[in-house]
Amino acid sequence: MSPREIFALRDHLGAELKGRTISDAHDVVSLTDILSYTVLGGRLHELSGRAVLLKLSDQLRSGLAMIELDGIARRMLLCPPDLNPSHLEALIADAGIDAVVTDEPERWAETGVPLVVTAQLPLQATAPARTERATEWLMLTSGTSGVPKIAGHTLEALTGAIVAEGPARGPAPVWATFYDIRRYGGLQIFLRAVLSGGSLVLSDPHEALADHVARLNARGVSHISGTPSHWRKLLMSGSAAQFTPRYVRLSGEIADQAVLDGLKTAFPNSFVGHAYASTEAGVGFAVNDGLEGFPADYLGNRNGVEMKVVDGSLRIRSTRTAHAYIGRNAAPLTDSDGFVDSGDIVELRGDRYYFVGRRGGIINIGGLKVHPEEIEAVINRHPDVRMSRAKSRKSPITGGIVVADVILADGTDQVRVKEIRDQILEQCRAQLASHKVPAVIRFVEALDVTPAGKLARTDA
Amino acid sequence: MSVRSKVIEAIQQIAKEQHVTLPALSDDLSLHETGFDSLAFAILVARLEDETGVDPFTISEDAAFPATVGDFVRAYENVPA
Repeated sequence: MSPREIFALRDHLGAELKGRTISDAHDVVSLTDILSYTVLGGRLHELSGRAVLLKLSDQLRSGLAMIELDGIARRMLLCPPDLNPSHLEALIADAGIDAVVTDEPERWAETGVPLVVTAQLPLQATAPARTERATEWLMLTSGTSGVPKIAGHTLEALTGAIVAEGPARGPAPVWATFYDIRRYGGLQIFLRAVLSGGSLVLSDPHEALADHVARLNARGVSHISGTPSHWRKLLMSGSAAQFTPRYVRLSGEIADQAVLDGLKTAFPNSFVGHAYASTEAGVGFAVNDGLEGFPADYLGNRNGVEMKVVDGSLRIRSTRTAHAYIGRNAAPLTDSDGFVDSGDIVELRGDRYYFVGRRGGIINIGGLKVHPEEIEAVINRHPDVRMSRAKSRKSPITGGIVVADVILADGTDQVRVKEIRDQILEQCRAQLASHKVPAVIRFVEALDVTPAGKLARTDA
Repeated sequence: MSVRSKVIEAIQQIAKEQHVTLPALSDDLSLHETGFDSLAFAILVARLEDETGVDPFTISEDAAFPATVGDFVRAYENVPA
């Protein structure tokens, strides 16, 4: 195969589109002439053909390093910011890492990784590099308590959904995401920004939400994505009023009707859609009719993505899935027919499938299996509720009961709290089996969200 | 509010939620006769734990579940504050 047939990120970054930038809370970098600059101190050629660990403390340098490394390195492993350092050794062995790109070179001096390259700003001028090969992108799965699994992707698989959708209409989008771009959901937005001829505004974990929104406004963000938890936090913060994106996208968790309606109310002139994607299964589909769940006729083969439901869970086969788990004892990623089991449990009601929860997230209530997400979706329908979490609590009588922590809308009159509690319980009793109705509802000020933007369920 | 009235109030609240028609709550009424099922009792014990800070049925491994309303109330009254 001649290198001409391989497209790397640099091949999507011509100098013909002016004014493109990638920025964070501290720096703005031009994407227009990015190919003539290096974040790697001009040492890209040393990384040619290497298996590179990308371990940086910020997203901006990570994104710039991805642009340089793609098409040059043999593979690159993206480390999200919350990666437990004690897992690094196993990951380095599993991925056959022989080089690291870091901003803390002193930490890597004695580790045995043969090549350490420092990523630094400001950028330095360099001669543009030429694509040499199709780099393998390695991403870490989230949500597991042990060593995360490494999922292997190609740029072609990662960008399959973006290419299929075609270019965005209207002016070049300015993308933003609440996600970190070293996670699948965030990487999709990074890649969209690069492929669409647009710009990207990165999040900053240390920035207050109001400041973040002010920055999104100042940079003219038109397209933005996050998890339902990210969006609920924004809706609760009161900062949404100043923000007018054209496109609002949700993914990574179940988008229930309450959060979709809440966003439609907060952003009446925006297009609100939710997408289904995971590190392993890739981008499955987008739902753009404003409703939770997805039409039943999405099953079967649709735009090259095949979906079926087996034992209640959604299975996906497409060219956008990861191609394998990487490592010494890696389990097969797909079944013998090439389907990835997403572990997401769906239920058919009428002509639509609804997500009810994760297979691994089931809580046991007196011997009966319960998905906490299903309970939360009902609680969230109450107009005064902003966010909720259901979990199990030990009971000396039934073994376990459901309890729910609920955040009420800001400024809810304390006098009404008892009435709201009764209404929530009434709503749950009308729509859920009796063992799923919360025994206790606690009103709380905040609920933990993981660094990956998902409601924390570790103590469930 | 006394422990007894907290317990009685919680029983009445849950009865209302669960659409259970309670008989008159005398001390010698057997818990079985209240019309509560095990889920209703589980809810009662959890709510009382939140309100009083104690769950008298989990504290001691060999605690027998009470037979009457009076026994149930006393289980809460007898827990050292």
